[in-house]
Amino acid sequence: MKKIEVKNLSKIFGPHPERAIELLEKGKGKDEIFAETRLSVGVDRAGFDVDEGEIVVVMGLSGSGKSTLVRCINRLIEPTAGQVFVDGVEVTALDAKGLRELRLAKMGMVFQNFALFPHRTVLANAEYGLEIKGMDPAERRDRAMRSLDQVGLAGWEDSLPSQLSGGMQQRVGLARALALDPDILLMDEAFSALDPLIRRDMQDELISLQGKVKKTILFISHDLDEALKLGDRIVLMKDGAIVQVGSPEDILTSPANDYVERFVAEVDITKVLTAESVMKKSETVGFLGHDGPRAALRKMKQHGISTLFVLDAQHRLAGLVASEDCAELIGRGERDLAPIVRTDIPCVAPDTPATDLFLTMSGNSCPLAVVDEGGRLKGVVVKGSLLGAIAERGRTQE
Amino acid sequence: MSIPRIPLGVWIETAIDFMVEHFAFATKAFSAVTESVLELLEKAMLAAPAWLLIAVFTLLAWKLSRKRGIGLFTLLGLCLIWNMGLWPATVSTIALVCIATLVAIALGVPLGIASALSQGVYRVVMPVLDVMQTMPAFVYLIPAIPFFGLGKVAAIFSTVVFAMPPAIRLTCLGIRQTPRELVECADAFGSTRWQKLVKLQLPMATPTIMAGVNQTVMLALSMVVIAAMIGAKGLGGEVWKAIQRLQMGHGFEAGIGIVIVAIILDRVLQRVGARQG
Ligand SMILES: Nc1ncnc2c1ncn2[C@@H]1O[C@H](COP(=O)(O)OP(=O)(O)O)[C@@H](O)[C@H]1O
Ligand SMILES: [Mg+2]
Repeated sequence: MKKIEVKNLSKIFGPHPERAIELLEKGKGKDEIFAETRLSVGVDRAGFDVDEGEIVVVMGLSGSGKSTLVRCINRLIEPTAGQVFVDGVEVTALDAKGLRELRLAKMGMVFQNFALFPHRTVLANAEYGLEIKGMDPAERRDRAMRSLDQVGLAGWEDSLPSQLSGGMQQRVGLARALALDPDILLMDEAFSALDPLIRRDMQDELISLQGKVKKTILFISHDLDEALKLGDRIVLMKDGAIVQVGSPEDILTSPANDYVERFVAEVDITKVLTAESVMKKSETVGFLGHDGPRAALRKMKQHGISTLFVLDAQHRLAGLVASEDCAELIGRGERDLAPIVRTDIPCVAPDTPATDLFLTMSGNSCPLAVVDEGGRLKGVVVKGSLLGAIAERGRTQE
Repeated sequence: MSIPRIPLGVWIETAIDFMVEHFAFATKAFSAVTESVLELLEKAMLAAPAWLLIAVFTLLAWKLSRKRGIGLFTLLGLCLIWNMGLWPATVSTIALVCIATLVAIALGVPLGIASALSQGVYRVVMPVLDVMQTMPAFVYLIPAIPFFGLGKVAAIFSTVVFAMPPAIRLTCLGIRQTPRELVECADAFGSTRWQKLVKLQLPMATPTIMAGVNQTVMLALSMVVIAAMIGAKGLGGEVWKAIQRLQMGHGFEAGIGIVIVAIILDRVLQRVGARQG
């Protein structure tokens, strides 16, 4: 279901912005328009939507209009033209009161420089939205405490923001937004001000938090690594206009134009990276003739996986068993894994370029086996880890 | 060729005459209220024995500033004033400063808030403040007389006018200085304008507003002294008398009294202001 719809949205800064809209329609660019009219194009006829429960990352260089775009969605900035819908309600048509109610009910926002109120304690910051909503103090405190707990800040509620590290301050920012339990989180470069290590932690935590709370998240970033890691889809912006919308794989493997390509080039280690360099060591394997279905199932449970690679007596890859097949086997009282081993699984050689891995993996939900010439299992490549590895390598190679 | 003289002075006089005539009800009311409040305050303070009042002031200074040094200075300074026989004059000056400051803040802070929130008010108020602050202090004595006649009320009126600008200016500045991102954040969380003001802007502006209040008090003190010329009495009155009678020693004694009061007020208010930050 569509949670946020943005249609033909433009924002022009300056007096009499209609002039610039006309010029945009005539196909003029941001620089030309500025030269001609002194008007600054913030967003140029942007259109995209965000599905419920999805993380969409809006990415682009500094000045490409990301902050303006996200602020047009909750109308902290008044769009010049176009429409925004949230749950089918036209946000751009709401009056001041309706807008305030919508912000409180559905949209939490997290800011680049945290925007914590320095005179309020951590708890009072987390309570802010609830206080505006008019919730009674006891309940408010309760909910704020719960959301502080959610972001790992239990015990810090009486501190002042200035006593906290950057990462912790942003957790307060996140807790403040979560306390309202909004459907949508707008996060404007929420992690950009943090140290790289802390940033990575926060990204991981956002992903795991998202697994629990299932919000619709519009995340702004100028960092492709971050976009690849967090985004279910990525919206790429340049000079206020959207140049490509697609999954991380789409962006990496088929950039829409030169601009995206150059962006991607920075991370384009896909060409030098091989299956071997992005694979993980397989945590556990089963052995044909040795392990029965119960043993295989236990190994899967132990490692939290749903499929298990199995090797034959010569330690060559025989195939893969799935947990549901094992369970069925146990039900039938059989002890040999051989009948349920799937052999038609995707395998790649260790020197396969990472670019090709995307192709092999798309359409397959099971992990990819990396196998040498002798048929031995060298490791596995999981979809998430592939992107993660590319992003990591990108940084260390710089 | 001679250029005709522009009768600026005549116009101003006409305007003041007009106002005196048509706003008499307001000035009379203001006059009556201030006079009685001032009298009440002064009488109450003079009714108490000097040592008791000195002890109270010392304790207040100490507790408010949380500094023993300031408390000690207050004690010694006020004792010196009492010893010089200037106690009643000092009490009268303190009462005048108190009332004038309260009125100046009661008018100045809301005006400052209004000019911070409305660009229109800002555009009107700021140039007026510029003029008010560059005008020599004595000039304010002149319109006070036709409205209120010679005496303490006229002194308070001109003191309020003279002391109010920093309260307005710094309140406005403090509110406008609230970081944009924080205001934006308050908006993003659905705050009304009033909620923004009360929950964010005023608390953030408090240290700046306190600095304005401090300046207002100090200006009020200096103006109350000048206003002795139109009958404010008090410590300024002592100086004024001494000038007219060429009593240098007495004049300086009163001057020292003023300095002592000024130092006490300044130190205490500064400490209170710093704590707000
Ligand atoms: N208040 C403003 N007045 C004029 N121009 C602005 C304003 N805010 C943003 N812009 C312009 O809009 C463009 C996009 O800015 P912004 O959305 O902040 O970019 P990003 O967040 O991607 O760095 C920039 O060229 C910027 O100069
Ligand atoms: Mg930005």
